[in-house]
Amino acid sequence: MATEAHSDEGGLVFHPMDQFIVKPLFGDGPVGMFTITNVTLWMALSVIAIIALMVMGTSGRSTIPGRVQSIGELAYGFIYKMVEDVAGKDAVGFFPYIMTLFMFIVFANFLGLLPAAFTTTSHIAVTAVLALLVFVTVTVVGFVKHGMGFLGLFWVSSAPLPLRPVLALIEVISYFVRPVSHSIRLMGNMMAGHAVMKVFAAFAPMILLSTGLGLLVTPLSVIAIAAIYGLEILVAFIQAYVFTILTCVYLKDALHPAH
Amino acid sequence: MEGDIVQMGAYIGAGLACMGMGGSAIGVGNVAGNFLSGALRNPSAAAGQTATLFIGIAFAEALGIFSFLVALLLMFAV
Repeated sequence: MATEAHSDEGGLVFHPMDQFIVKPLFGDGPVGMFTITNVTLWMALSVIAIIALMVMGTSGRSTIPGRVQSIGELAYGFIYKMVEDVAGKDAVGFFPYIMTLFMFIVFANFLGLLPAAFTTTSHIAVTAVLALLVFVTVTVVGFVKHGMGFLGLFWVSSAPLPLRPVLALIEVISYFVRPVSHSIRLMGNMMAGHAVMKVFAAFAPMILLSTGLGLLVTPLSVIAIAAIYGLEILVAFIQAYVFTILTCVYLKDALHPAH
Repeated sequence: MEGDIVQMGAYIGAGLACMGMGGSAIGVGNVAGNFLSGALRNPSAAAGQTATLFIGIAFAEALGIFSFLVALLLMFAV
């Protein structure tokens, strides 16, 4: 991987994947189980930012909300409505969990967009834990609520009888692929976006110095960076939204497994 | 020499894997385009279906992300 030092290369070179290297915050020892790394720092920062938003938003409550309170209320109402609409009225007991997921992902994504920041959600280790937690929660909820009846999720009773075993196999496979696609979707989007931004950012000075066309191409490249940054802001929100809404969909499946 | 051939194969494979992204692009465009044509016929029902739109886009997009991942694995992990 890209962990080796690039000191032996001269001239202008760029390494778009270097921004994803996990390194210790203090010193350069090996990364162990409890080493404080840049991932730890940026995760802590996003948690602090969420706490700050929610505490400041709810401390000075007023009938006419201020700016911070408006944003807090907006986020709360947005997620509450999503849980109610997608997962059903009886799923609002899971609202705190889903709200936590959404706030963490959206803050991690947005903080990762700051220059020189580290995007924690661009690592499969982070998103896989989030997705596996959702998977385990949903499966346990399904079995606790319906017992063996939860397996009816895989038995499509509306299909003709000869087709049902085949469909059951497909349903089982798609059920177990869920955590994979759930985590890779978030991680892939974050990583691809940031890598593309770095590629364009390195392309601008490289072409300026290397060819005579540089003066023409570099402004275009800089405009492209700005455009891609705008797209990434959109993607950062949409991916958090998609992660949350898929959690709601899976939860609905667990609460109402009958087809 | 043998390592070079393996390297070449990995790079060619990474390039081929990127074709999958084109397929997922067609899929996402299909979902969004059909949503828009439906929404323009009945704009009052469109607002309630944006969640469905995003779920559909997410499912179509996941397969493109898979091919992107295969390309990345070939480039950096093999």
